[in-house]
Amino acid sequence: MFHSRDMVALEILGLEKTYTVGFWRKTQKVGLKPFHLEVPAGEVFGFLGPNGAGKTTTLKLLMGLTFPTAGAARILGRDWRDPAVRSRIGFLPEQPYFYDYLTPTELLDYYGTLSGVSAADRRIRIPKLLERVGLAEHARVQLRKFSKGMLQRVGIAQAVLHEPEVVFLDEPMSGLDPVGRREIREFIQALNQEGKTVFFSTHILADAQALCHRVSVLNRGELRGVGVVAELLGKARKHFDVIWEGAAVIPKVEALGVSCHVAGDMIRATVEEAKLQDVLNNLRAPNARLISVNPVGGSLEEFFLERVAQTAEVRS
Amino acid sequence: MSRRSTIVTSLLLIASFVSSCFVLQRVEAAYPNSSLEDVLFISSPQFLKRASLGYSGLLADIYWMRVVQYFGTKHLRDSMQYKALAPLLDITTTLDPHLIVAYEWGSTFLQQPPPSGAGDEQAAVALVRKGIEHNPNNWHLYITLGFIQYQGMHDYLAAAKTFEEGSRVPNAHPALKAMAAKMLTDAGSLDTARFMWQSIYDQSTDKDIRRNAQLHLACLVVDQEVPELESIVDRFKTKFERNPTSWRELISAGALRGVPLDPTGQPYILRANGKVTVSDPKKLPFIHQGKPA
Amino acid sequence: MRRRVGAVAFNTFREAVRDRVLYNLILFALLLVACAPLISEISVGVQRVLLINLSLTAISIFGTVISIFVGISLVSKEIERKTLYPVLARPVGRGEFIVGKYFGLAGTLAVNTFAMTVGFYLVLLVIMRNVTAADANVLIAIYFLLLQFLVVIGLALLFSSFSSPLLSALFTLALFVAGSFAQDLRGFAESAHGVTRWFSWAASYVVPNVDRLNVITRVAHDEGISAALVGYNTVYALLYSCAAVSAATLIFSRRNLK
Repeated sequence: MFHSRDMVALEILGLEKTYTVGFWRKTQKVGLKPFHLEVPAGEVFGFLGPNGAGKTTTLKLLMGLTFPTAGAARILGRDWRDPAVRSRIGFLPEQPYFYDYLTPTELLDYYGTLSGVSAADRRIRIPKLLERVGLAEHARVQLRKFSKGMLQRVGIAQAVLHEPEVVFLDEPMSGLDPVGRREIREFIQALNQEGKTVFFSTHILADAQALCHRVSVLNRGELRGVGVVAELLGKARKHFDVIWEGAAVIPKVEALGVSCHVAGDMIRATVEEAKLQDVLNNLRAPNARLISVNPVGGSLEEFFLERVAQTAEVRS
Repeated sequence: MSRRSTIVTSLLLIASFVSSCFVLQRVEAAYPNSSLEDVLFISSPQFLKRASLGYSGLLADIYWMRVVQYFGTKHLRDSMQYKALAPLLDITTTLDPHLIVAYEWGSTFLQQPPPSGAGDEQAAVALVRKGIEHNPNNWHLYITLGFIQYQGMHDYLAAAKTFEEGSRVPNAHPALKAMAAKMLTDAGSLDTARFMWQSIYDQSTDKDIRRNAQLHLACLVVDQEVPELESIVDRFKTKFERNPTSWRELISAGALRGVPLDPTGQPYILRANGKVTVSDPKKLPFIHQGKPA
Repeated sequence: MRRRVGAVAFNTFREAVRDRVLYNLILFALLLVACAPLISEISVGVQRVLLINLSLTAISIFGTVISIFVGISLVSKEIERKTLYPVLARPVGRGEFIVGKYFGLAGTLAVNTFAMTVGFYLVLLVIMRNVTAADANVLIAIYFLLLQFLVVIGLALLFSSFSSPLLSALFTLALFVAGSFAQDLRGFAESAHGVTRWFSWAASYVVPNVDRLNVITRVAHDEGISAALVGYNTVYALLYSCAAVSAATLIFSRRNLK
């Protein structure tokens, strides 16, 4: 699939959503404040935000499941409401529900027909896809018997069955165990390597850090910031976890302003990059034995928390 | 949904609904005339009462509406047959034995000869008796029964007895006593007839019954006026040895003040043979005098 | 477009089957089998009449109940369970979805009714020992019942496109009952005056006139049904259903899904 560097997969142009609440006295409740966002083709984009920020609302608007109060969007250069667009995008809803009386094969066959995949292609792709997501053994088992993790995998499968150019995932890791999460992560990376654009929402920063080129932060319906992950990680202050044996040197380390945690024979301290050399020098004493030095942090956490905090300040 | 699709779908909605209304009229026309079963739904009143699960009042009202509609449609077509009227009324009054209007109205129109009614006196009497049985303190029903006996069956003795019984009901209308008396003394006269119909008109609240009574009263007027007019014509004939050719002659001769009009407002017609008739006998269905030959 | 509508329809049919809707056929069969010995006790002349009345009334009741209750769940269940999300995110129009559901349920009822018809004729054969030409008339009555189901399904879809399952069931049932008394509504309109008259008259056209689709008694007494009536009723049922489905599409297209 050929993308030019200049092609934009997704443009959000001032999408806004307000709800009227209440039966007798109607009040307006803001779901999403108007915001602009651009995602170039071939990127993995992390749509971050705490729970209730409006991430799912945004995705539902883009999928045409709800209608915006104002604003528009363009997907692959076309109006987001254009039916032709839908055959080129894939969607995994948050906590997806499928017809539980169907088997995954039947479900994918049905969805595939709706997405315009020919019968011949369906025959070939479905078994391969099920294999790829690790459900080949359960191909003819009714979905009502599937665990949450298995359903999530079915969800991924149905999102990519018709080989879309852009894939939208809403909290794809939610409710999965570490093994499942790693599998999904690898899957997303594989999708991106195939040239697909991936737009996924999450509140788990570690996943975004590992997968995304760029991220944005949404909080209480407002877009608070967009950033390139590499840059953000670079800017973040780095720390090191130092673990050693030898209680004698603790006072010297603490004198440097570093707090130590004792667990049995082992002592652990989280040391700023600037102070690292000094601490290590102190550990070259004969009554101390260095066990490990590991870089830690350098994460999106600061970026995220700052953006979320800003909103809180503005509000108060 | 795109604007174009919305417009197309809206047009489709309107077009298909409007067409369905027109087609429905065709369906009505093609539907075979209601057989007895259709009109009654179910023929057994007892079964229906049990089946209606306590909503018999509502069902009675529905049947009552069917009675009125059935009669109205048939009457409009000048039908001579009202086969379903008695069964319908039987069902209605079984479902709700206290629906007085059904007894009153029902027996009136059951008794009257076609096309103004079903012409079934037996059924009419049976219906009112049923009404009296379930509502012994309703004096209106005694008037209805007595009236049928007087008007339809010319059984003045029975009528007198009925009126007498009715007059003994607490709070009965005083006219009942007078009616009983009239039955025994002067039953066949026009005066009595006028009194009877006027009483019906006065004490009934049903508009159809009152209209019916008014019609009867109007016909009684005709029954009185026609002989009077014919005797005026006779006197003219005696005087001038020929029949008058028009009302104008009689007016110029000083026998009449103006062209005589019947109670419907149409002028009476003076025939060449000296007889007087009404112009539209259909509007005065109960007259005995002045009927065109 | 046709392929998508067909896919939705087929899936709806499959759901009904797997949801054991067709198990009502067992009840129907049991009913007939249980009544057959009773019917044989009665004198020959009335046997046939009773069998026809019983079977056709049962078909009508079973079919209408399925039309209403499965009909209203078609949309509301999907919204409630969010199974709609992955479907509508695909190039399926909201209208295509509704129409597909309609045909799916209509097909289910057609199959159901067909099975019941076969059952009926079997019992008829057993009791009467032979089938005459007059018995073909019964097919017309059954056909009319199918038309009735089409109308009710349309209404059920319409109401479920915007209201809760409970209210949808009530509204659909209410309209069905009102439609059974449509003739009386018209009679009432004729004897009323003013606003009431106009309102009753309008109501008599808005409610589905299912009373004209009921020829069970007539057929039981071997009275003929004119071809004109068959034709006009067919057109009426199709037009009315079309109106209901169009309205459902318009409403559903504007609906924000939770």
